[in-house]
Amino acid sequence: MTTLTEQATQVYSLFIRATPEQIWDAITKPEFTAQYFYGSLVDSTFEPGEVFRSFSPDRSQLWVDGEILESEPPKRLQHTWRALYDEETAAEQHSRVTWEIERTDEGVSRLTVTHDQLEGAPKTATNVAGGWMYILSGLKTLLETGQPLQG
Amino acid sequence: MPHDDDLVFKALADPTRRALLDRLFERDGRTLTELESEIDMTRFGVMKHLRILEDAGLVASRRSGREKLHFLNPVPIRVIHDRWIDKYRERQVSALANLKTKLEETG
Repeated sequence: MTTLTEQATQVYSLFIRATPEQIWDAITKPEFTAQYFYGSLVDSTFEPGEVFRSFSPDRSQLWVDGEILESEPPKRLQHTWRALYDEETAAEQHSRVTWEIERTDEGVSRLTVTHDQLEGAPKTATNVAGGWMYILSGLKTLLETGQPLQG
Repeated sequence: MPHDDDLVFKALADPTRRALLDRLFERDGRTLTELESEIDMTRFGVMKHLRILEDAGLVASRRSGREKLHFLNPVPIRVIHDRWIDKYRERQVSALANLKTKLEETG
């Protein structure tokens, strides 16, 4: 996507046939993130001020680091984000990720991910644009079918 | 389900709405006034199209002070893509499995 200019604020949203609690678990537990987040293992107490970390599947590498800014299970989670899996993104400033979960009717919830404060992280902005789509689609598939996306 | 595939396909079946998505792809987080200036249509017309895109989940909006900013949300298209690509993969896998069975039967 060479024409894509880096967007300092990116908003991704989708409906998932699941409860806010199920979605919260899928975001905060490594046994779930392993199945839709490039195999990564999330690691945090999810208490404000605590570290947010995401490890490679074998735990040998730290892929993402940040800090929990806000945590209101199962409705809202906000943390900073710096991608360490790439030399260029690792040298950039932290950006911010906000997860918002709203219960709608019919057992369906809306999940909105806002990735902002990307002004000091243009390479990250370009990198995550396609990534969030893939991740959120995979999260939906996992919660609705119990199976990860293939591939 | 409030946002099903039908709404996405319907929203995409219009050149003005696709043009609006293209504008947002070029630069995200725009106001109605900004979008309106690039589309040859009345403010009301652009507003109507944006609402259809929002209903389909293809545009997400955020308030920033007094302004409403519109963001391209490609996730519903990705969901449709993944669903269909997965189907083709399954078919491919079963086709290969069938071929194997056939070859082994005849061989």
